Amino acid sequence: MKPIEAINDFVIKFANINGSGSASANELFAKAVMRMGVPVSPRNIFPSNIQGMPTWYEARVCEKGYHGRRGGVDMMVAMNPQTWDADVAEIEPGGYLFYDSTRPIPESRFRKDITVIGVPLTEITNATYTDPRQRQLFKNIIYVGALSVLLGMDASVFEKLFAEQFKGKERLLASNLQAINLGRDYIKQHIAYPLGLQVRKSDKIGDQIFTDGNSAMALGCVYGGATVAAWYPITPSSSVPENFQKYCDKFRVDESTGQHNFAIVQAEDELASIGMAIGAGWNGARAFTATSGAGISLMTEFIGLAYFAEIPVTLINIQRGGPSTGMPTRTQQSDLLSCAYASHGDTKHVMLFPQDPHECFEHAAAALDLADRLQTPIFVMSDLDIGMNQRLCKPFVWDDARAYDRGKVMTAADLEAGKDFGRYNDVDGDGIPWRTYPGTHPTKGSYFTRGTSKDAYARYSERGPDYIYNMERLLKKFKTAANLVPQPIVHKAAEPTRIGAIYFGSTTPAMREALDVLDEDGIHVDGMRLLAYPFPKSVETFLAEHDTVFVVEQNRDAQMRTLLINELDANPKQLTKVLHYDGTPITARFIVSAIAAKLALLKETV
Amino acid sequence: MTYLAKPRLHHPTLTKNKVGYTRRDYEGPVSTLCAGCGHDSISAAIIQACWELDIEPHRVAKLSGIGCSSKAPTYFLGASHGFNTVHGRMPSVLTGANLANRELMYLGVSGDGDSASIGLGQFANAMRRGVNMAYIVMNNGVYGLTKGQFSATADRGSKSKKGVINTDSPVDLVGIALQLGATYVARSFSGDKAQLVPLIKGALAHGGAAFIDVISPCVTFNNHAGSTKSYEYVRQHDESVSVIDFITPGQETATQHAPGEVLEVEQHDGSVLRLRKLHADYDPTDRYAAMSYMNSHAARGEVVTGLLYLDPLPTDLHTSLNTAARPLNTLGVQQLCPGASALDKINAALR
Repeated sequence: MKPIEAINDFVIKFANINGSGSASANELFAKAVMRMGVPVSPRNIFPSNIQGMPTWYEARVCEKGYHGRRGGVDMMVAMNPQTWDADVAEIEPGGYLFYDSTRPIPESRFRKDITVIGVPLTEITNATYTDPRQRQLFKNIIYVGALSVLLGMDASVFEKLFAEQFKGKERLLASNLQAINLGRDYIKQHIAYPLGLQVRKSDKIGDQIFTDGNSAMALGCVYGGATVAAWYPITPSSSVPENFQKYCDKFRVDESTGQHNFAIVQAEDELASIGMAIGAGWNGARAFTATSGAGISLMTEFIGLAYFAEIPVTLINIQRGGPSTGMPTRTQQSDLLSCAYASHGDTKHVMLFPQDPHECFEHAAAALDLADRLQTPIFVMSDLDIGMNQRLCKPFVWDDARAYDRGKVMTAADLEAGKDFGRYNDVDGDGIPWRTYPGTHPTKGSYFTRGTSKDAYARYSERGPDYIYNMERLLKKFKTAANLVPQPIVHKAAEPTRIGAIYFGSTTPAMREALDVLDEDGIHVDGMRLLAYPFPKSVETFLAEHDTVFVVEQNRDAQMRTLLINELDANPKQLTKVLHYDGTPITARFIVSAIAAKLALLKETV
Repeated sequence: MTYLAKPRLHHPTLTKNKVGYTRRDYEGPVSTLCAGCGHDSISAAIIQACWELDIEPHRVAKLSGIGCSSKAPTYFLGASHGFNTVHGRMPSVLTGANLANRELMYLGVSGDGDSASIGLGQFANAMRRGVNMAYIVMNNGVYGLTKGQFSATADRGSKSKKGVINTDSPVDLVGIALQLGATYVARSFSGDKAQLVPLIKGALAHGGAAFIDVISPCVTFNNHAGSTKSYEYVRQHDESVSVIDFITPGQETATQHAPGEVLEVEQHDGSVLRLRKLHADYDPTDRYAAMSYMNSHAARGEVVTGLLYLDPLPTDLHTSLNTAARPLNTLGVQQLCPGASALDKINAALR
């Protein structure tokens, strides 16, 4: 078997044990590749566990800049004996296996069609370090050093990275460099190098940043002016409020008084979290909560209240596998229906679909504006793949001239001037009423907020016409929302085509690659990336312009397809499902083969 | 019939308070609760307390859950913003509202089903956090709107209107509030306005988590023989620990009492609660003694009322969170947004 040869285009996977300190070493490797100007998209694949369970870090090195998961592994760094057999089996024919050769492993547990590189990592560490924790941590750095020589990477990259990371901590700098060089020297002295897989200096990074979706989301909440956050710990969303706290501590503490221009409460459960966010929104503060699927289920009664009583609130949903506890540490896009129609009675909610950390920042800030403008819950639908993995993306942007859109708020001066105030009165014809903050005016503008039916002036009413007025107005407001949310983006195929594909969120990077590959294969598919729900007119146009439209999503029940059919009266036969829902991020290879196979089948039946 | 406005005929001789409002300015529309309902007496006490305290009605936010008690806020403080939330979850909404604007007064109104059954968790956690509010439970031991089922505060052995004996132990909200750190804890009776009005005034002026459990008989479903929440039962078993006077800051306080007979406690805003002791051994500033006293008297079937515990210098959730003095809902992009240059630095650190 000929070993795989590839420059700046391969997948390397690290199989580790969680709690062993491998995460920072693996990140170091990814950063070193990027410092050479070559894009990397890494993904953590981790268990719901703190210590001792298998964990993987899959890094895709791709000069073309495709950030989706490719599928397949060209090189396995097998550091976990528990998963050895499966890890070895996963390597592509002609691929590479890197392992710790300190203890002998029987011949039968290797493969003949791959290149095997054994480095006695434990032996090297034990000979150098005596402290058990140091042995564990530096073993990871040593394998990074060894890999860097095998893959043709320069030592200077690491020297520079360490110098930045350990600025002012000279001892740590020296010991990390020593570990890198232990690995590098061993390869140089004992192993034939370089391998067929190589990293070469390039210039494909530009001004991109490398960060995770959850911290970007938190930063977006800071820039977007959120002052109240209430949350309950749940994987994979907890790092949103935790990062919000971190950024607030940095940017929102008044220099003269030391007091906080923010309030964060870790609530007793998700019901209290959303309740606090709603209370704050009602009272005129920008508020959000962050959660995952199970939390949304718990919040649904409150979501209906916020919808019907028309209270601004932002919900950040970092989706994971469901139903029930499902797969808490795996990714899915499976909360679309539970969020779009959350709560009893007739409800519809606005959802935004960021594709990467850059958009997590953008959408978080946009959601806070939209919540105030539309006076309703706004869902930002991220997922574990975007939220908990670092990704190369466009840098964050903020225009200092940007003001917050606080929506239709009647002031004491407005009321004093004699403006008529009907809390649920559609005076502008867009379905959005005016509101007042509590405490605005001594005699005018107060009203009683309730989840029960009321008339246009917020007076309790069970009269049918009053109820219908509000429910129809809410529909009108939802139509208004379709034009205010981020609009879909069309990606035209290389040639005119009547075949289309609709996708959104974390499916986007894999989809972008899949559309290119399909074009190269002569299968031309126009893409439409949805950035939000409700759907604007352009989605109907896209459907009208294509005979067959693939709806590519990461759930079992084709939830986005259901929304398209339900909201646009789309013909179900026109919309073909492409579903990936095993908990791993969708790959371009999967999409290409699914679309090609389904198109072949369609041709046969025609 | 709440869509019918209450006639706003003001008698010209109605007395105005310091902020220029008559007592009627604190009223709401006509109550739709049953005639004789204890809750209406509590509403009247709230109106009286707010008028006497010279509170501007629009500076109060009134929040409630679901149930007869939670309907009550419609019938007082008609010029205040109100929020009828979801069942058992008023405390979280009030907490969020309070975080958004620390300058308003927060009045939480709830019932025994709302706070002790479905909402026990939120009740407990709001007390733990020390949310600055006056939290009043209109406690009748029974679900009214759904027609007479027991709630979690019904005493074991008490009898429902249909003749069912309650076999579950009661939730003692006062005991829970004491244990979880509420800094103002009282119990009263809707039929004892002389006690209830100063207790509500003290709670509104308190500055921390103030809780009043008000036994409020349900005339329709829980006012019969065998009930421990009926007018007759509560009148017979009411054991008041003290007689309370609420003295506003600057008001003359010099009165002569025998030593040990009177305890005067000054709150943070200068208001004074003067307690004329009815039980010589009762010390309302000792949380643990109060808990023990309550437990031993409850075991004897007595309904202990009055100001049971008071920390005159409480801290609240804003103290814990070190929030800015200026209400968060008044902050704009200037105070909240770090700006483009800070973002450039963040971008640089992520490369």
